[in-house]
Amino acid sequence: MTREEALFKYTLRLGDNALILSQRLSEWCSYGPILEEDLAMTNFALDLIGRAQAFLGYAAQLEGIGNTEDTLAFRRSERQYYNNQIAELPNGDFGHTMVRQLFISSFEQLLFSQLRNSKDETIAAVAAKTLKEVKYHASHAGDWVIRLGDGTDESSRRVQQAVNAIWPYTAEQFEMDEVDSLLVAEGIAVDLQSLYADWKNHIAAVFAEAKIAMPGECYMQTGSRQGIHTEHLGHLLSEMQYLQRAYPDAKW
Amino acid sequence: MATDTQLDTWEVFMQAKAGANFIHQGSVHASDGKMALQNARDTYTRRSEGTSIWVVPTTAIVASDPADADMLYDPANDKIYRLPTFYTMPEGAKQI
Amino acid sequence: MGNDQSTMVAPDELLARFDARTAAGDAIEAKDWMPDAYRKHLVRQMSQHAHSEVIGMQPEGNWVTRAPSLRAKQILLAKIQDEGGHGLYLYSAAETLGISRDEMIHQLHSGKAKYSNIFNYPTLNWADIGAIGWLVDGAAIVNQVSLQRTSYGPYSRAMVRICKEESFHQRQGYEIMTYMMRGTAEQREMAQDAMNRWWWPSLMMFGPHDGDSPHSADAFKWKIKRHTNDELRQKFIDKTVPQAELIGLKVPDADLKWNEEKQSYTYGKINWDEFHRVINGNGPCNKQRMEHHIKVHNDGAWVREAATAYKNKQNAQKTNLN
Repeated sequence: MTREEALFKYTLRLGDNALILSQRLSEWCSYGPILEEDLAMTNFALDLIGRAQAFLGYAAQLEGIGNTEDTLAFRRSERQYYNNQIAELPNGDFGHTMVRQLFISSFEQLLFSQLRNSKDETIAAVAAKTLKEVKYHASHAGDWVIRLGDGTDESSRRVQQAVNAIWPYTAEQFEMDEVDSLLVAEGIAVDLQSLYADWKNHIAAVFAEAKIAMPGECYMQTGSRQGIHTEHLGHLLSEMQYLQRAYPDAKW
Repeated sequence: MATDTQLDTWEVFMQAKAGANFIHQGSVHASDGKMALQNARDTYTRRSEGTSIWVVPTTAIVASDPADADMLYDPANDKIYRLPTFYTMPEGAKQI
Repeated sequence: MGNDQSTMVAPDELLARFDARTAAGDAIEAKDWMPDAYRKHLVRQMSQHAHSEVIGMQPEGNWVTRAPSLRAKQILLAKIQDEGGHGLYLYSAAETLGISRDEMIHQLHSGKAKYSNIFNYPTLNWADIGAIGWLVDGAAIVNQVSLQRTSYGPYSRAMVRICKEESFHQRQGYEIMTYMMRGTAEQREMAQDAMNRWWWPSLMMFGPHDGDSPHSADAFKWKIKRHTNDELRQKFIDKTVPQAELIGLKVPDADLKWNEEKQSYTYGKINWDEFHRVINGNGPCNKQRMEHHIKVHNDGAWVREAATAYKNKQNAQKTNLN
């Protein structure tokens, strides 16, 4: 694998994570538990679309075969997406979405805080902007997990269920492959394994305040680095890609 | 449970840029101060209108009664000696 | 202290003062004395307006997950978020009159409060998103610009903010229509289809003809409303028809003609039977919109209850520490 190939794949992965989670969050539009939360979740979705544009646009440029951010977003098939599976998990209830958001944005806060110093200028610039956004996402999600965890019996039960259900998808965020090792050596990418301890400590602190139990050892799902996904992704894509696929000659 | 299912209301004051006055924007619903700040941010700064926000529980606002307006504000009208233009300065006086 | 005007001054004297103030163009504030009819009219109009913004998120939200490009998705999402924000500003302004948002939502669910009829129509293809921005928001803006000078201060301030933010909505809708009319035959067909379905309902948004408008007299006297339904409708038609022609869309009205003398368009008969049928619950989406809102409200109850319970626990802890 050349440095250029690795950089393309790495950027694509960063773009896909933002793209797929933004699609999930945009499904909340008009479904929020209170109007204010509807606006908040839309803000997160908008931040993520902006990030997807930046990374997929850069990936298209690196690839250099005439793709654009939109053809990359809308014209690939399931096995060609490299987002972590946690991003594609269905929203579930509000507690479920907040737990997923906490797991992802706490990871991203650590990731982008280091990617700011990437030797790749484009990645560094996007990371600097993204860091501000994900800090807010993580804080908002953490606050909600605490309120729901330490709220009523029902909310505590729902959040604990969400934590148990999503937990097996958290480890994939820290998986490294050839792409990562090659780019870590170049000072472009981040050693994901090195972020895990800080991430887990942060989650443990939120859980302690939320009176939520940390799940025990369990099998951790894997596969997205090879384009292996949950069945949910195909449905998400068939909805998202509908117009681009049905009218391939149209410009919108 | 309380009968109102929409949480408490908070009044939102925002500063457009550092050094400016905080100006009332409207209100948001939230159960606690942190949520109120986040909701105010997501509601009232979607176009980067602000750099700093105050939120105050609506119940904490004490407002004057319009019926008292004459008693409260009219007496200030004839205290024109509070205005610099009330005073006559000698010809040629500078920087005063 | 705090002389209560209502006990000190005779009611007809209060009313006369109020009439004089609104006639002079003074802004009325929440704590000012106001006639019950004024308060009631405002609550009805403002809550209807707020509900419209919120219910309006549904037909547009119907296409968020299917928007055809990242840019289109971003714009649509930002626009729907604005509608939610505008609903929030308006609920907030209405709350200054002593009604809670909870009560307004109850009135919506019980059918006592209405929302704009236009949102009882379905969005069937992507061009509908263009048509809503261009025609529906275009019609709404004409009304909202006029309401910026409404006599109730909190309402007027909310409208000023809303108008400032709405300015991009109509443009984004027209841009979608323009792209589609420049596009493939299928895209042009979608655009014209959307135009055919949204034109007449958009004209109905201004409400019945002036002679048939039930709530108008006091609303004008107290400057809640500043222009009549027909004046605003005419204004909308006159600015919109040339925009349609410019991009090659046909206005679906065989009687539409330019009147040189009046310097405006004369237009065909609006189907008021349809208007009343939809208002009375028999539009294509009335039930769907209301069921959606009620379900979301109920599904979110446990979240709001949890937030309240958490607050109570925190407050109790603070009290114990003191």
